[in-house]
Amino acid sequence: MEQYDVLIIGGGVVGCAIARELSRYQLKLAVLEKNLDVGYETSGRNTGVCHGGFAYDPGSLKAKLCVAGNKKMGDLAEELDFGFRRSGKVLVGFTGGERERLLEVKEQGEQNGVQGLTIIGKERLHELVPSVEGEFALYSPNSGIIDPFMMTIALAENAHANGCAFFFDNEVTAIKLEEDKTWTISTRHAEVSTISPVIYHTKWVINAAGLGCGRISDMLGLTGYHVIGSKDDYIILDNRLGRLVPMPIYTVPSNTYMGIHVTVTTDGNVLLGPTAEDTDNLSWYGVEQKNIDYLYQAAYKIWPHVNRGDYIRTYSGILAKLVDARGVIQDFKIEIVDDVAPHAVNLVGIESPGLTASDAIADYVIEMMKEKMDLRENPKFNPVRRGIRRFADMTEEEQAKAIAENPDYGELICRCQKVTKAEILQAIRNPLGVHTMAGIKYRTRCMMGRCQGGYCQMRVAEMLEKEYGIKDTDLEYNRAGSHLFFGQTRDPRTTGKEQA
Amino acid sequence: MSDSIKNIDVLIVGGGPAGLAAAVKLWENGTKDILIVEREKQMGGILRQCIHDGFGLTRFGVSFSGPEYSAMFIGEVVKYGIPYITNATVTNVTRDRLVTIATPAGLERYRAKAVILAMGCRERTRGALAIPGERPAGVFTAGVAQAYINLYNKMPAREVVILGSGDIGMIMARRLTLEGAHVKAVYEIQPYPSGLPRNIVQCLDDYNIPLYLSHTVTQIHGDRRLEGVTISRVDENKRPIPGTEEYVPCDTLILSVGLIPENELSMDAGVPLDQRTKGAIVDEHYQTEVPGIFAAGNVLHVHDLVDFVSMEAESLANSVTEYVEKGSLSECNIPIHYDNNINHTVPQKISGTQPFRLSLRVSRPMENVKILVKQGDEVLAMKSMRKAIPAEMIQFDVTKAGADGGDVEVSVI
Repeated sequence: MEQYDVLIIGGGVVGCAIARELSRYQLKLAVLEKNLDVGYETSGRNTGVCHGGFAYDPGSLKAKLCVAGNKKMGDLAEELDFGFRRSGKVLVGFTGGERERLLEVKEQGEQNGVQGLTIIGKERLHELVPSVEGEFALYSPNSGIIDPFMMTIALAENAHANGCAFFFDNEVTAIKLEEDKTWTISTRHAEVSTISPVIYHTKWVINAAGLGCGRISDMLGLTGYHVIGSKDDYIILDNRLGRLVPMPIYTVPSNTYMGIHVTVTTDGNVLLGPTAEDTDNLSWYGVEQKNIDYLYQAAYKIWPHVNRGDYIRTYSGILAKLVDARGVIQDFKIEIVDDVAPHAVNLVGIESPGLTASDAIADYVIEMMKEKMDLRENPKFNPVRRGIRRFADMTEEEQAKAIAENPDYGELICRCQKVTKAEILQAIRNPLGVHTMAGIKYRTRCMMGRCQGGYCQMRVAEMLEKEYGIKDTDLEYNRAGSHLFFGQTRDPRTTGKEQA
Repeated sequence: MSDSIKNIDVLIVGGGPAGLAAAVKLWENGTKDILIVEREKQMGGILRQCIHDGFGLTRFGVSFSGPEYSAMFIGEVVKYGIPYITNATVTNVTRDRLVTIATPAGLERYRAKAVILAMGCRERTRGALAIPGERPAGVFTAGVAQAYINLYNKMPAREVVILGSGDIGMIMARRLTLEGAHVKAVYEIQPYPSGLPRNIVQCLDDYNIPLYLSHTVTQIHGDRRLEGVTISRVDENKRPIPGTEEYVPCDTLILSVGLIPENELSMDAGVPLDQRTKGAIVDEHYQTEVPGIFAAGNVLHVHDLVDFVSMEAESLANSVTEYVEKGSLSECNIPIHYDNNINHTVPQKISGTQPFRLSLRVSRPMENVKILVKQGDEVLAMKSMRKAIPAEMIQFDVTKAGADGGDVEVSVI
C-alpha cells in the first residue's frame, strides 16, 4: 500500500493545476480521477474564454483569483505550450438601460483590478468585430481564449513529468480520517465490480472534485454544502467561420449569468451558448431540441451569420454552483477546517471563472497549506512542457522539414483538420497513458472537424489497438463502457452466442 | 523547401472512380503528362469498401462489386503505365494551380496546366443534423460502419436502428443483418424514400426490415454506449408531432442522412460553389469558375450510380485534353435557370455552341411529367417521365442551343 503526501481528488483543470504547482515541492503526489482522462467533465465542457474578471462581486475570491489567473495565463501558456490568445472581448449593448449596466460592470471591473476596460461606440466595435450587431460595447482587451482540453492536459503532463502519478478510472467511494490524522481513501473502477476497492493512504487530501465536490466534502466530514448544477448547452460551428469572430462576443451580463454569447476557440471553431439551466442531475449531458433552437435564435440577434449548415455538433457542460439556503449562488469556497478535517483542502463550488482562475486557485491552495506544513522545493522541477507540433499550424517550409525528420508527418490521417500520423502516434503515446478515442481527439483535433471522424476514426482505432495491444472489444470511445466494437465480423461474440 | 516546383499538364486530385476514369480517358486522348494523387494506400476510393454488387450495369452491362468495378479502371491505369502516387495527400491547391502534396517522402509541389478535382464526398453527421440528446458511442454514419465491417472486419453493432433511407443506409441494413446484427427499422423523415427503389426491395423488403416514412430520431439516450433512441412522427413541415414519441432500445444508430461533396480544397482555391449541389459551379466542360480547375463525380454533385461518375469524368477528360492543347475552351456565358420543381442542374452554364449533357434532380416525387429545356421560346429538349423521384439523378443530352438565344430555362410540366 503506497503512502502519499498529497492526494488530489479530481483531474479537472483545478486538480491538475494544483498537482502541477505542488510538483514544485518534494512531495509524493497523485491525482485520483474517475474518468479515463483528465478534463473530461466541466473543464472540457465550457466556452474556453479567459475571463477578464469584471463580472464578479468586488472582494470575492472569484474576482481576485480570476484577475490573478488572467494575468499569468500568457506566461503559463508559453511555459506549458497550450493554445491561448489574448484576443480581447466585447460585451455588446443596444439600449440605454444596457449602457447603464455596462458602465456598472466597467466600474465593478475596475474595482476588481481589471485593466483597460473601455466603453466603445458602434464604429470602433465594428473595427474590432466587423460581423457583430450592437450600438456600443464594453471592450475588455485583456480577456482571451484558451484551449481548455490542452490546458488541462498540459498541466497534468507537466505535473506527471515532475513526479505526480495519475490514477484513472478511480472513483472515490469512501474517505476515512485515521487517528494519526492521515487519510485512507477507497476507490472503485467503473463496471468492474469483481475488483475489490483500491486503497490509498495519504497525509493530505485535496477535494478538487468539481461536480463531485459536495459528495467528497461530505466524505471529509465537511457537511452541509448545497451544490447545484448549472447546465450549459452549446452548438459548435465549423472552424472556417473563425475569421468572422476575432474575439468573444457577449451580451450585457448580470452578475450570475453572462447571457448567450458567440465565442471562438483557439482552433477557430465558433461556439454558440450557453443556455444555463439549473439541474440536480450532474451527469446528464444531453441537449434538447428546444435549447438547440433557442441558441440559434439568441445568437442570431448579435451575430447574424449563424447558419445551420455550419453545425459541427452540440455539447453540454455542467457547472457546480454552491448556493445558500435561499438558492443564491455563493463565492468559491476554499478552506482548511482543522477541527473536522485536518490536512484536507476543501474546494467547493468552483464554477466559472474556474478555468481562468485555476492556476491562481492552485497558488492560493498552496499558500493555505504552507501555513500548516513545510514545503521543500523540488530542485528537479522543470516548468516547461512541450506539446505535439501540429502539421496544420506549420508553414510549408516547416512541414517539409518536419517530414524530413519524421516521415510520419507526411502521412495525413485527418484531411479536414490536417492531422498527420506523427501527431496521432505522439498522442497515443501520451505520458499519462490515456488510450480512449476521445483522448486522441482532444490531443490532436482528429475527428473534431466537419466529417466528425468519417474518414479518420477507423485508422485511429486501429492505431490505438496496435500501439496498446488492446482487444478491439476493449477499445473505449470516452468513458468506461463506451466501447466501439462487439468483436470481429462472423464472431460469436457479436451475435450474443458464446463460443462452445 | 528544397524541391523545386515541377510542371505538369494535368494533376488529378483523387484516385477514386472519377479520378481513375478521367486519367484513363486523358491517356487515351494522348494527354500523358498527368499524375493521379491518392491519399489512401490503394486507389479505388469509396468503392474499396462497397463489396455489394450492382456496379457497372450502365457502363459495362455487367453487375460488378465495387472493388471489381474499380479494378476495371485500375487495370487500365497499370496497363498504360499512367503515373500515380498513393499515400499522398493534396494539402493545398491555389487559384493559379500550384498544388502541394504531402507524402512520407516529403512535400511535393506541382504547377499544373489543369487540375481535376475528384475528391468525392463525405457523409452528413449527427452533429450537422443537431439530433438532440446525449453523445454516447454507437452512433455511426453508414459509411463508417461499412468501413469497419468491410475493411477492418470489426462489428460495431448488434441491435440497430437506421435513420435515413439513403442508399448506403439500406445497403448497410442488409450487410449488418448478414453479419448477425438485428436491424429493427429504418426511419426516414421525408414522406418518400431517399434511396433507390431497387435497394428498398433488395435490402429491406427481402430481410423484413420495416421502413417508416415521416419519422425521425428526436432523442439519443446513453452516456457511454447508446442505449436507445426516441422516434417521433413528423408533420408535413418535418416537425416532430408531440405525443407520437416512442422509445426504441438499441446499441447502434446508423445515419444515412445525406452526402456532401468534399470541397475543402476547392474552397481554398477560391472555386465558387453552388449552394444546392455544394459542389463547384461548372460549365459544360466541367470547368469551374477558376480557369483550368475542373471537377467531376461526387465532388461536383452527389451521384446515385458510379457508372454516371465514370462517364462524367470521361466527358470532363475530353474537355481537359482540349484545354491543355489549346489553352482555352469555348466561353460559357449562358446561365441555366430552373423552376422550383427542380433541385439543381449540372452544368450551371453553357456555351451554346455544342451539345451538352444535362444532369438534374427533381425536388419532390412526381408522376407523368415532362422535363422541358427551353431557350427563349425554342424547346431544346424534352424528356417525358412516368415517375421522377429525387433519389434518381436524371440525365439527358441537349443537342441544340444557340449562342445568342439567351438564358436556358429548365422546368417541369
